[in-house]
Amino acid sequence: MKKTWAAYPYLFWIIIFTIIPLGLLIFFSITVQTASGIVFSLDNFRRFLEPVYLKVLMRSLSLAALSTVLCLLLGYPAAQFLAAHDLKHRNTMVLLMVLPMWINFLLRTYAWLPLLERKGLINYILGRLGLPSLNLLYNDFAVMLGMVYNFLPFMVLPIYSVLSKIDRSLIEAAEDLGADPALVFRKVVFPLSLPGVFSGITMVFMPAVTTFVISRLLGGGQFTLIGNLIEQQFLTVGDWNFGSAISMVMMAVILISMGFASKYETEQEGGGLW
Amino acid sequence: MKTLKKISIIFLLMSMIMAAGGCGPSSKLTLNVYNWGDYIDESVLADFEKKTNIKVNYDTFTTNEDMYIKLKSGGSSYDLLIPSDYMIKRMIDEGMLAKLNFENIPNYKYIGSQFKNLEYDPDNEYSVPYMWGTVGILYNKKMVSERPDSWRILWDQKYAKQILMLDSHRDSIGITLKMLGYSLNTKNLAELEQAKEALIRQKPLVLAYVVDEVKDKMIVEEAALALVWSGDAVYCMRENENLDYVIPKEGSNYWFDAMVIPKGAPNKEAAEKFINFMCEPEIAYRNADYIGYSSPHTEAVKNLPAEIRNNRTAYPPAEDLKNCEVFIDLGSALKDYDRIWTEIKAQ
Repeated sequence: MKKTWAAYPYLFWIIIFTIIPLGLLIFFSITVQTASGIVFSLDNFRRFLEPVYLKVLMRSLSLAALSTVLCLLLGYPAAQFLAAHDLKHRNTMVLLMVLPMWINFLLRTYAWLPLLERKGLINYILGRLGLPSLNLLYNDFAVMLGMVYNFLPFMVLPIYSVLSKIDRSLIEAAEDLGADPALVFRKVVFPLSLPGVFSGITMVFMPAVTTFVISRLLGGGQFTLIGNLIEQQFLTVGDWNFGSAISMVMMAVILISMGFASKYETEQEGGGLW
Repeated sequence: MKTLKKISIIFLLMSMIMAAGGCGPSSKLTLNVYNWGDYIDESVLADFEKKTNIKVNYDTFTTNEDMYIKLKSGGSSYDLLIPSDYMIKRMIDEGMLAKLNFENIPNYKYIGSQFKNLEYDPDNEYSVPYMWGTVGILYNKKMVSERPDSWRILWDQKYAKQILMLDSHRDSIGITLKMLGYSLNTKNLAELEQAKEALIRQKPLVLAYVVDEVKDKMIVEEAALALVWSGDAVYCMRENENLDYVIPKEGSNYWFDAMVIPKGAPNKEAAEKFINFMCEPEIAYRNADYIGYSSPHTEAVKNLPAEIRNNRTAYPPAEDLKNCEVFIDLGSALKDYDRIWTEIKAQ
């Protein structure tokens, strides 16, 4: 561990862009603007407890949870597949997995619009095949698709990185002792891969629960997620106090889910992306 | 350390939002103009620079609220803004605007008298009208058999999932209030609750709540009906001849965007020069012709080709405007509108 002057710019960065904004956020969240000036109050949090906002929170949490589960179901076999291949192929496959992430996130989400539209590519093909057209855009399906599509790599990569480091001899030992493949997976591979799984869950759940772009573009503004609510408070309504309070709630959710994951995550096992 | 980094990335994004009140460079001869996106013929800016030797730094916003919050949060140094009526009123009330020196704006005489002494600036002290328009229904004649005459068509089961609404609470709640026979500036909670119920009932029929995307969607015929601003309607109708625009009989919103100068603007005199320049008949005509919105400038309108001048969408006859109202700043009641809109969207 070297401690040199080289770390100071980072420290400076953290203070300016993390500590100070965080302080402001806390300050805004526990104050309200009244005619006579700024007053300390917990009204913002009390307002958040109204059913309408709790419903938004619940929807965000359940959508994020569902997309995390879907990512896990899709991502785990994919990670296994990646980890199983010989090294030369494997790197190409990983590259293919990461490649789309080099394209701007917004652009990738926009790209779904012409595919899913009523006169879009998918419905055009369906029409050509003589099938009835489908309502693909502006519903839960589209939002879920956008989330899974965008966040899947964040699930695959940590699991893959843990799986590829599993000691082969442990698996061989289990096989020698007569375990069938299902039992090997259940008793050896899966428990060993848990750090990667938890890391992947956090990595998908966090952006999914805070997203406002996906729900806005692919959901057509049909429903408000917590991210949309925060955006609205800051940019449209200008109620920074309430917006900060929602952000604090959001942060609590994120910290809890992160604490949950870090319990299973250790440096050596390297399940993390960052 | 890993945790710290994760947190820092999350907060970095948040701090970017907080720091959104950016700062434009300003020197002695630079005029900072802040206008709606896609809302000027940019060649007139070059002409202004050539004529006056003042450099124009041109910047755009998407909604009145964006503009207001950027200004309110400080750190910006705009000399000229082009917001809408109710926002101008709010800014006047909050002491954010400077009184104009009309000696520097002789071309003000060309502004039509019906655009003067309006409620948002009753004594014509702060603003010079830029463009005006209405809110109405843009519909596709192939998909909608009868010409709509009421907002109720946006609640018609027949057009389920073919309706686009504006993701803008003042507009969408406003037209619902008009449909119910109330003022679109109401502060009466019972009336607002009724509007809320109606919009919640309408929600399953709505394809999407959009703002800018509405133009693309209507042009490629993704939807049959849309709530739009008249200028967007003019644009869409130029691109797709199956589209038509109507102001329903219950009335609608009738709006004005005007040029104003924020208090403490570094180059107030140059900004007044700019306002005067924009009101020169030739320039006002070119600008109106280019952007397609309705001009309050008498000479500019006279010069426009008859087909535009007589276009019912851009220059509606008085009978269409009979029941229309101008938005008024709601003050603290804006919070009720926001709550209602959140409750509608949260359903």
